[in-house]
Amino acid sequence: MSVYPIDPSSGKSSMRSIIFSNYSAFDTRRLGATMDVELSHLRFLGNMSLTLWDCGGQDVFMENYFSNQKDHIFKMVQVLIHVFDVESKSINKDIEIFVKSLTNLQKYSPDAKIFVLLHKMDLVQIDKRQELLTIMMDKLQKISNPFQFKLVGFPTSIWDESLYKAWSQIVCSLIPNINQFNSNLIKFNSILDAEEIILFEKTTFLVISSTASIKQQQNLEKLQQSQQQNSRQHLASPNSGGSGGGAPSLGEPQMHDSPNEELDPKRFEKISNIIKTYKQSISKLRTNFSNLIIRGSNGTNFYLDILTANMLIMIVLKTQNEVEANGVEIIQNEELLVLDNIRAARKWFEKIENPK
Amino acid sequence: MEAALIPNPKDSNATILLMGLRRGGKSSICKVVFHNMQPLDTLYLESTSKPTNEQFSSLIDLSVMELPGQLNYFEPNYDSERLFSSVGALVYVIDSQDEYLNALTNLSIIIDFAYRVNPKINIEVLIHKVDGLSEDYQMDAQQDIMQRTGDELLDLGLEGVSVSFYLTSIFDHSIYEAFSRIVQKLIPELPSLEHMLDNLVQHSNIDKVFLFDVNSKIYVATDSSPVDIQTYEVCAEFIDITIDLDELYIENDNNNSRDKTNRSKTHSEAAVKELKSVSHLSNGSILYLKQMIRGLALVALIRKESVTNDNDVEDNTDTNSNNNEGNTNINLDSSEKSLTVIDYNVNLFKESLMRMWESSRFTTNTNVQTNLP
Repeated sequence: MSVYPIDPSSGKSSMRSIIFSNYSAFDTRRLGATMDVELSHLRFLGNMSLTLWDCGGQDVFMENYFSNQKDHIFKMVQVLIHVFDVESKSINKDIEIFVKSLTNLQKYSPDAKIFVLLHKMDLVQIDKRQELLTIMMDKLQKISNPFQFKLVGFPTSIWDESLYKAWSQIVCSLIPNINQFNSNLIKFNSILDAEEIILFEKTTFLVISSTASIKQQQNLEKLQQSQQQNSRQHLASPNSGGSGGGAPSLGEPQMHDSPNEELDPKRFEKISNIIKTYKQSISKLRTNFSNLIIRGSNGTNFYLDILTANMLIMIVLKTQNEVEANGVEIIQNEELLVLDNIRAARKWFEKIENPK
Repeated sequence: MEAALIPNPKDSNATILLMGLRRGGKSSICKVVFHNMQPLDTLYLESTSKPTNEQFSSLIDLSVMELPGQLNYFEPNYDSERLFSSVGALVYVIDSQDEYLNALTNLSIIIDFAYRVNPKINIEVLIHKVDGLSEDYQMDAQQDIMQRTGDELLDLGLEGVSVSFYLTSIFDHSIYEAFSRIVQKLIPELPSLEHMLDNLVQHSNIDKVFLFDVNSKIYVATDSSPVDIQTYEVCAEFIDITIDLDELYIENDNNNSRDKTNRSKTHSEAAVKELKSVSHLSNGSILYLKQMIRGLALVALIRKESVTNDNDVEDNTDTNSNNNEGNTNINLDSSEKSLTVIDYNVNLFKESLMRMWESSRFTTNTNVQTNLP
């Protein structure tokens, strides 16, 4: 997996520090320029290990990547994350470098997945962002078509939750047994009858899976099947993950919008962000949290608990408004019941995590 | 400018007057504390041209009045006499990164005037913007300012006036700490509140408890153990985390607008709907939050349950015969039990808080008597 550069200070190392090293966005100002290639090894979900190649973006290093080091750098690449700075003055040069890396990738690792991050999006006016993303992705997809690559693009900024969204999708694409997680999660949900269940990776708080996104995907697949039956022509819906070539996918292979539209579509990233803030806050007491139970103001209950050595689970339950004489006791018991259920679910998820 | 507020005994209304020379940071303090503005954004605030008023309803109804630095209060057409007679506290902001001699002269003139009009006024001095100074220099500046103020007041023949000094900055929690202390002095029921909280601490194995105003992160009361700034920060942030998560799943038409007025609920809300959150930490402590009345929340840090010293947990007759995960189970069970006790005690506290509020005049028999289950 390599994070790949465009120009100096486009924010590559800041991203890495926020997602993988618990920096706050404010702290990243202290980061200096990356010299050459910085490798970082991360264990993710226990048995996956990611090697992150953060490649410095100065021209000197760039030349090096494409000449002397190219077979070293571009061999065995699973994911290329190409970062474009929206503020960049030299778009043509940026694209030129992108083409160079695509050429090398095609030669050395033709099966690599490619993600494009349009970074520092916070510097663009809110109403112009979507337009910019569409234009940029169209252009880049046209460029990469000859190389047989399909791009997925995300707008990102270190100042909001968009970074978590992008990285969640990138990391999810690397999890081999994601379907097992999903099917278990659906089963677990049918037992609990929860509003929503979300799985997080424990150190980065990236969303691995959630009931809403699974349902969303199933609906999409059904929709596609019916569409394909209805019309013979190939409809590449912009949100279909595996439509293969053609229209650029705007980074929604796994949309997190839940069927009930009232909820905030960005809530997953926001939750990642909130939990991370909480973890940083607790670290002032030199400790970590093991669970968090919130009885919300309108009958929503939240349970955040450790599921396995590498995963956190968040369960959102809606309680029926039963006004009982001893209502307090009933709620107490329900809390214990949910915690017991989580404990019972642990061994199943541990099995998926460490397949023997 | 409003008419004089005569504090009536039914509803203790306190006004805090915020004064100081221009560019001292008064508006920034208001914005950060009462409007949750990011400290960095306050760089772009305009100069304040006319007095502004912040209404802020917590346990008591406060209003914070900010006066522009460049006003001359002693012009005959300005009704400063009535103004000073109606305020509970005068907060004077001194910019520590600037030459403060002029500010000190100005301060002593104001103190002189205010004290003659209203001898009951609390005088608070914020030595502000100390984030840019080294520790040693902060101490020196504080010493110097205290010394000079004392001398000035002596010259004016006002040695009986007590002036409190605080080192503050909007880039950390010191400003909240200072404001908490200032507001606490204006709450007549404070001694009994603290006594109630002490009672709660004693019977619930609590390390530290705060009664927070949810909107401003000012605490209106805490128990009598010393305040550790780290614990305060964690507790204040715990409120944010709880509310942020809760707001994500509130289904209304505009769930994106963070309407701050939603945050403080009246106590007419059903008790079932009160916000509560509990978080177990890996070192065995527990963070506990419960919504109280009038936009207040009680946040407590509960220390690790020592299994041998459980004088407040009922002796349980059923012995745990669960072997495979006995350890975690016992831990969970004992912490659940202690939480139940704490819940009970906090509910008692809340009830007495309501009673105290309704009677509004402080009587001695509102002290909570925690009966152990």
